[in-house]
Amino acid sequence: MSVTCPTPLPAQDMVLLGHGSGGKLSAELLRDVFLPAFANPVLGKLDDQASLEIGGARLAFTTDSFVVKPLFFRGGDIGSLAVHGTVNDLAMGGAHPMFLSAAFILEEGFPTGDLRRIVQSMAGAAARAGVTIVTGDTKVVEKGHGDGVYINTTGIGLRRDGVILSSDRVRTGDAVILSGSLGNHGVAILCEREGLELETDVESDSAALHTLVDAIFAVTPRIRCMRDPTRGGLASTLNEIAGRSRVGITIFEETLVIHDAVRGACELLGLDPLYVANEGKLVAMVAPEAAGDVVTAMRQHPLGRDAAIIGVAGGARAGMVTMRTSLGTTRIVDMLAGDQLPRIC
Amino acid sequence: MKYIDEYRDGRIAGSLAAAIRSRVTRPWVLMEICGGQTHTIMRYGLEDVLPPEIELVHGPGCPVCVAALETVDKAIAIASRPEVIFVSYGDMLRVPGTNSDLFRVKAAGGDVRVVYSPMDTLKIARANPTRKVVFFGIGFETTAPANAMAVWQAKREGLENFSMLVSHVLVPPAMRLILSSPENRVQGLIAPGHVCAVMGWREYEELARDFHMPVVIGGFEPLDLLEAIRMLVCQLEDGRAEVENQYVRSVTYAGNQAAQRVMGQVFEVTDRAWRGIGAIPRSGYRLREEFAAYDAGKLFGTEGIAAAEPADCIGAQVLQGLRKPAECSAFSTRCTPESPLGAPMVSTEGVCAAYYRYRRYAAIEGAR
Repeated sequence: MSVTCPTPLPAQDMVLLGHGSGGKLSAELLRDVFLPAFANPVLGKLDDQASLEIGGARLAFTTDSFVVKPLFFRGGDIGSLAVHGTVNDLAMGGAHPMFLSAAFILEEGFPTGDLRRIVQSMAGAAARAGVTIVTGDTKVVEKGHGDGVYINTTGIGLRRDGVILSSDRVRTGDAVILSGSLGNHGVAILCEREGLELETDVESDSAALHTLVDAIFAVTPRIRCMRDPTRGGLASTLNEIAGRSRVGITIFEETLVIHDAVRGACELLGLDPLYVANEGKLVAMVAPEAAGDVVTAMRQHPLGRDAAIIGVAGGARAGMVTMRTSLGTTRIVDMLAGDQLPRIC
Repeated sequence: MKYIDEYRDGRIAGSLAAAIRSRVTRPWVLMEICGGQTHTIMRYGLEDVLPPEIELVHGPGCPVCVAALETVDKAIAIASRPEVIFVSYGDMLRVPGTNSDLFRVKAAGGDVRVVYSPMDTLKIARANPTRKVVFFGIGFETTAPANAMAVWQAKREGLENFSMLVSHVLVPPAMRLILSSPENRVQGLIAPGHVCAVMGWREYEELARDFHMPVVIGGFEPLDLLEAIRMLVCQLEDGRAEVENQYVRSVTYAGNQAAQRVMGQVFEVTDRAWRGIGAIPRSGYRLREEFAAYDAGKLFGTEGIAAAEPADCIGAQVLQGLRKPAECSAFSTRCTPESPLGAPMVSTEGVCAAYYRYRRYAAIEGAR
């Protein structure tokens, strides 16, 4: 019997869908293309928002683009998502979200009724989040060159005094606190994709998290960093934190809340909920002595009712995330290369 | 969650592990055949709860990993044609061919789509009558019935713009090859539950008899696998070599006869090349002559495509259970899921990928 194997492919020479997954391919693009060109200390922090000081004002500044398909889904739409996503990126830096921009790339032929619906939804989400959309832009591309509508939002907020949150500040012993259930947004979107015909009642968890952040800071300033585990899910977020802080992170499978409908869909599709996107959850890395108070405060907030300590910094190699399984064994929770792929069987 | 949590109960896992410990008196080498079973073993760290006497080696049952390089090259050639909509199961898209993969074909403008069922491909064909819609029909006996059904249905409807690139592989001939190798170390088999749900277990009785090999048909949850291991250990310690069925909630002796009928109508047995292993006689399915109009290989003239697989990894020994992934000098250094050197690293169900994803430090430390 011969010993044979396929040859490796040459280095990446074009953009693949996986480059947008939030996994290792995204990180490579950042490292090889964007960071060398734009290098500066603010960007180099690689947080979800830039921390700036302008004329004595301590600002947080962030931007995000939204290309979700379908545009309307259970629990939200691209408009509310575009507001929540940017509000959350500001909130995760410990900032009070203030102003947003909104830029639209519209495809020729897109129904203006749908556009109105999306814009109304954005306006409602902004009003509820207490942010004002103060500037914007519209471009139209030819039919076939866009998916109906793409939205970019940029946000600016005021940072809390004395609060510095960054993914490189985590220390061994810190508690990992998650605000609630995993995977709702990703599964809600998947179930509505054309062709899947999977009927569930799973709703996206899309929500603005800044008032939950307020509730946390009302009880303690001892937060090292906060992140919202969006694309790439909890696993990718924790891997980024572990890598940036050079600590190991251990999580406990039995502490994770995953709704049955989400678990069922993931089992059926061969997906791991740890890698499925969330749009209304936050992970806080908290000094151990403050962890109990933070969980108590979060549970009193409607978006944090299922908050729990799900793990601890330490117990794994620096830069690595592991999980104690329900069987009492340990496994690595790795960063994925690209998107999770439906398995063949 | 009902029907899932029952099979992942830590307390029952502990008592199964204790039962295995109480029966085992000497070292045994067991092989789980299916990639889905390998994935569960790694994901739940089952090796941590087993006594040191039990060594698990991992079989060739990852359909993505064993799809021959030339099959992937044929798929890429067809998917690159402008008139084609190429439809595949998702995890085939990342598998490297000689110079490209289906993700790159898609990025370069090819119309490559992912479905969960080949029957969805028929819908795409009906909705796009001016395009040629090709399904990538690979996998073991598990995916064969649905693939056969899609071809059968297309013929019944007279759907002329649908075809299938068929490269099915069969488990028993590959196991026969592995067990008859003079280097074979495997002493007991966990047979693939889903394959047996389709095919029944007659063929595994022949393996048990011809090689005096205990066989237990196992499921895919952690407790299924621990129970299957316990049953194998009992057979080995008793000196028995029988076929036993652990996966009774899915598998019957005769299997799914309706599925077997449609497979028999559409497919016939043929020789097949396996990535990492080489050609195995009578180890695959191809379309029967009466379905030649649906044979994408013939329609697009890709039958001449051949690919040489250069030797650079120990994939063949790994897929036969002769060596462990971490014994390869390239494992987790030059060979990773992002740039796989070998077949078992390309799919999430591949044994090297499973070790890399869940166990790589334990594996490396164990090997040294």
